[in-house]
Amino acid sequence: MVLIRDLAIQSAQMLLVLLLAPLFTGFVRKAKARLLRRQGPPLIQPYLDLARLMRKDVVLADNASWLFRVIPYLVFATTWVAASLVPTFRTGLLFSWSADLIAIIALLGSARFFLALAGLDVGTSFGGIGSSREVMIASLAEPAMIVIVFTLALIAGSTQLSTIAAFMTSSAVGLRVSLGLVLFALIMVAIAENGRIPIDNPATHLELTMVHEAMVLEYSGRHLALIELAASLKLILYVSLIACLFAPWGIETAGAQLPALAVGVAAYVGKLAVGGFLLALFETSIAKMRVFRVPEFLGAALMLGLLATLLRFVSASF
Amino acid sequence: MSRIDFDIAHLLAGTLLLISFLELYQDRLYALLNVYAAHALVLAASVAWQAFIQDAPHLYITAAIALVFKAIIIPVALHRIIVQLGIHREIEKVVGVGPAMLAGMGLVALSMVVMLRVTQDADPPAREDLAFALAVVLLGLLMMVTRRNAVSQVVGFMSLENGLVLAATGAKGMPLVVEISVAFSILIAFIVIGIFLFRIRERFDTVDVQAMDRFRGERR
Repeated sequence: MVLIRDLAIQSAQMLLVLLLAPLFTGFVRKAKARLLRRQGPPLIQPYLDLARLMRKDVVLADNASWLFRVIPYLVFATTWVAASLVPTFRTGLLFSWSADLIAIIALLGSARFFLALAGLDVGTSFGGIGSSREVMIASLAEPAMIVIVFTLALIAGSTQLSTIAAFMTSSAVGLRVSLGLVLFALIMVAIAENGRIPIDNPATHLELTMVHEAMVLEYSGRHLALIELAASLKLILYVSLIACLFAPWGIETAGAQLPALAVGVAAYVGKLAVGGFLLALFETSIAKMRVFRVPEFLGAALMLGLLATLLRFVSASF
Repeated sequence: MSRIDFDIAHLLAGTLLLISFLELYQDRLYALLNVYAAHALVLAASVAWQAFIQDAPHLYITAAIALVFKAIIIPVALHRIIVQLGIHREIEKVVGVGPAMLAGMGLVALSMVVMLRVTQDADPPAREDLAFALAVVLLGLLMMVTRRNAVSQVVGFMSLENGLVLAATGAKGMPLVVEISVAFSILIAFIVIGIFLFRIRERFDTVDVQAMDRFRGERR
């Protein structure tokens, strides 16, 4: 009985994330448009886009290998599994005991690896540019992310997201400068990983600057729909991760009473709204960086993570 | 001393260290001066908090000096100087951001290892303050080494002095006379440096200190 209930909650979480992801992307776009005093597309535009892409035929390049056709499904599946591991409205999910923060990073890393392969597969120059840039950004973002996880694990004593969230809600956490640094570093890594504005512009198709869009340029139809959905899932994953680690209020922990679950879902939706609005605000107030400045940006994230670790040792030595 | 007192002291000192890193990261002079003003502001807050938890009213005066002189007067004066010199758009560095940051991390680690070993039997906040203060001082020195522009070197010098003030407030019982004289000597040093800046500019048409090396016949 308990197992069935846990399974039900886990699948509810997976469906919730999957259904909310396009809405969240639409919300960020809408908020950005409103901040620029434009009307903007309706909130449900990403769903309409996905439905349209699903109906369309797939156009494949002549020299596309089987890998090119398999990769959208792989990318979507790994991203979805990673997103279902992050506690959103309830901690202690059934799957979350089988995988921790490092596993989430590994899943996202393998998704990115496959996408970079797909960019190279057809042999167009844009795909190559996109893949090389994506891999460059990833090679800088992943060490920073690992250091962040390392610091969190030192503070909370675990890499398990449910345990960390429980620790953050308890009074043992106190006021720690390391956590603030880790928060900033994590936000910087999240911006880089999702290709948001200072690193990459998700709305542009300008050849010289695009990273993610260049890699998926050859995709069409349902393949493109899956990749777009995976990108939305990745965005919502990072926002949920930040919310779960640094604002774990309202997450339901024990038992599964329906009112408490409803509060958890409402709190989660509220956090998403705040996170999306802040992201839109940040993106409208900053200009895109040159590609050669990206190492400095991510180097700063790595530096913040290292500094957080050092400060953790100072405060722990008393 | 309760846990939260210590935590806030730790937070403020850690923020000071972080802003030192931001100074290393900034390559535009205007932004650098703004970051320096924030540095002094956090220093003032940190000193005021030490005054509160140590119950030492004279430290409030130190905080006020830091707030007025270092967070307001010196940044405004430097702003005017760089506008007058016409160098507010210049970007100059000897080494890039990445190596400078890595060197800074090494210095922070070094100062923590040294201070935590040396001050085994001091009380926790003083110990921690000393560790952070040494790190801030070393980062100020690093800033002076990695910049070629004389104005950035002045900013490095001033943030080094902020580290000294942090160390002094962490250790209990520094007399007020010493603090005031230190503050004024820094102000005098600032004025002298300001005059020198204009003299260097008149003589060499630049505030790039490499010009002086060339003038002496040295080669980098």
